[in-house]
Amino acid sequence: MRVSLFITCFNDTLFPQVGIATVRLLERLGHSVDFPEAQTCCGQMHYNTGYQREALPLIRRFVQIFGEAEVVVAPSASCVGMVRDLYARAAAWFDDQQLAADVAALSPRVYELTEFLVYRLGLEDVGAYYPHRVTYHPTCHSLRFLHVGDAPQRLLRAVHGIDFVELPEALECCGFGGTFAIKNADTSLAMLSDKLRHVLDTRAEVCVAADSSCLMHIGGALHRQRAGVRTVHIAEILATTEERS
Amino acid sequence: MSTPGVPGVSGVPDAPAAPERRVRRPRPLPMFQKGARQALENPQLRRNLYKATHTIRNKRAAVVGEVPDWQELREAGRAIKERTLRHLDTYLQELEASVQRAGGRVHWARDAEEANTIIARIVAEHGAREVIKVKSLTTDEIRLNEALAAQGIDAIETDLAELIIQLAGERSSHILVPAIHKNRSEIRELFLHELIEHDLVPGPRELLGTGVDELSDEPRALTTVARAYLRNKFLSAQVAISGANFAVAESGTVCVVESEGNGRMCLTLPQVLISVMGIEKVIPTWQDLEVFLQLLPRSSTGERMNPYTSLWTGVSQGDGPREFHLVLLDNGRTQVLADTVGRQALNCIRCSACLNICPVYERTGGHAYASVYPGPIGAILTPQLLGVENASSLPYASSLCGACYEVCPVKINIPEVLIYLRGQVVQHKQESALGRLSPEALAMKVMAQLFSSQMQYEEAQQLARLGQLPFVHRGAITRLPGPLGGWSAMRDLSPVPTQSFRGWWRSRQAARRKIEQPVQEEQP
Repeated sequence: MRVSLFITCFNDTLFPQVGIATVRLLERLGHSVDFPEAQTCCGQMHYNTGYQREALPLIRRFVQIFGEAEVVVAPSASCVGMVRDLYARAAAWFDDQQLAADVAALSPRVYELTEFLVYRLGLEDVGAYYPHRVTYHPTCHSLRFLHVGDAPQRLLRAVHGIDFVELPEALECCGFGGTFAIKNADTSLAMLSDKLRHVLDTRAEVCVAADSSCLMHIGGALHRQRAGVRTVHIAEILATTEERS
Repeated sequence: MSTPGVPGVSGVPDAPAAPERRVRRPRPLPMFQKGARQALENPQLRRNLYKATHTIRNKRAAVVGEVPDWQELREAGRAIKERTLRHLDTYLQELEASVQRAGGRVHWARDAEEANTIIARIVAEHGAREVIKVKSLTTDEIRLNEALAAQGIDAIETDLAELIIQLAGERSSHILVPAIHKNRSEIRELFLHELIEHDLVPGPRELLGTGVDELSDEPRALTTVARAYLRNKFLSAQVAISGANFAVAESGTVCVVESEGNGRMCLTLPQVLISVMGIEKVIPTWQDLEVFLQLLPRSSTGERMNPYTSLWTGVSQGDGPREFHLVLLDNGRTQVLADTVGRQALNCIRCSACLNICPVYERTGGHAYASVYPGPIGAILTPQLLGVENASSLPYASSLCGACYEVCPVKINIPEVLIYLRGQVVQHKQESALGRLSPEALAMKVMAQLFSSQMQYEEAQQLARLGQLPFVHRGAITRLPGPLGGWSAMRDLSPVPTQSFRGWWRSRQAARRKIEQPVQEEQP
């Protein structure tokens, strides 16, 4: 399959290793990866913060760049949620029928990485090797906007050598929420404290998620606390093999 | 029956406009962040909230899980509400006619002031100095108790939790359990000081079988005290005031659901009953009630069936109140109805499932929202009722985690409305130069511009690498300036790496193009 990679501006700029892992993983599984270099940002930050008028040109831009793709895959549940869930609403709010039609045609072909692997390709064991104690935080957008279900856990459990441990009260938000972490910093920190407590309770050495943004928030606090727990994007684990780690 | 000649009260919706009256403009609410910070500093509150929200949350999940067609029920609830709201004028007039036919009187109130005037006048006409109340959010919304107090009328709350906060002189912090922020030892202290020491409870020693000082904080002992106090009130009051959960247009039947039986007492014992309901509470038929009486108890208290469901139609000879008044309140609701995205907030049946599941509410409690309607539903309802400019921090009091939408029994897409209202807040701020030039607005503008072209975006990536240098210490960013300081209060940041993903991609593509050499991947 020819996969167009939607890297997301966040991963592109701050977490390039996540994109590199996604490319290596998909190529290892026999797919060709294309990276449309004109892509920038899906508009989520603007849209969710209330700057919908500023987001609209970015939405149009995205639809134009990826419109012809066979499938679009992104290592980010929240950015895919933006495209699949909120693009249609934006088109409706701005009463742009052309955009609404383009979005309706494109969004069924846009996938978050783990749902692409499990539901579209029918895979669970992708041949990864990762001999570490790992816990998984299901991000809100992956759960409640994309409904990826347990696809990420199924992929992780099939990783060779992994010591996978369930996260208590996993379904609860970590408190990131985009600009929420800045605008409501105190409440965000209160939510984060509880999430950290649960992560530490698992005695995992690695906390995994499908969104670099939530991981930046959780990982930033773990680093500050010198907690001895790393945050790693699920793509990086799935890309790691016995030959290449 | 309409009430002609009373200023500010019109008979039917399309009656001639009432005399011009100065409408009081709502005052801006305090910022959510301020209340949240206060609440977050209180470990006892945090513990109380955690325990209460998780208990109700889990009960709800268990009983909702038993219903195989729960999703269909939710869809039915949503559809009934939306259909009713589309024809609200018709159903309201039908309701009015039905109530009048059954011997009740109907009053229309445009806002809180009109509603309070109507109610105070009815109470005064009967010479009552004291009224008993069934728990009602709508009367809290219009601040009825304060308005009655100003006329020398005492309103006694008879719901246990409402009584607790009334005695404490506090405000509700939850739609369903207003005293959720209090634990039982705090309640014991309150009853000792406010009821027993003031001799408002007859014979506490006989009642409890213990000395007053030994009053335990067991729920049984506490409710015994409250019950003894309230029993006198039920038997002596002439006028009762309630809200309404539903009102059936075809029959004129009004419905109140409650768990303690205090509502049943109020609705049946006094001579006069006044019910205040928001106009969105009307439903077309009895059959529609079937759907909501399944959705509501499971979503709110986590019970399969509601304990006390009172339904009455006007007045009945020889049974219940001799006089029934229904006050239909607008108070901003038609304004909400006019908004095609925001109007779904009017579907709300006040179950509070969204509060109990909300990770923000769970930590800040209800007072931070500074409104009768706290939690996620409050965050979309309050700004619409008061105007976004008066509650501009509320649409941002959410991490948009989506849990509220998932549990909502009438499928209100709360995250969608939150985002939509954020848009209105931004638009309102952009109307002033100060708002347009705020750091946030400027940053958003600049970033939107950068993202609009590949070249500018890539240049910005370069700039970020340079711009961060003053902040990077020993491989991490530990302190950020200005409004970003909230981030670095507890979280480090990794510096922007020297090579972006696209940088890596390009160098790999370049390497692959050199066909004379074997393909070599470059490490980032």
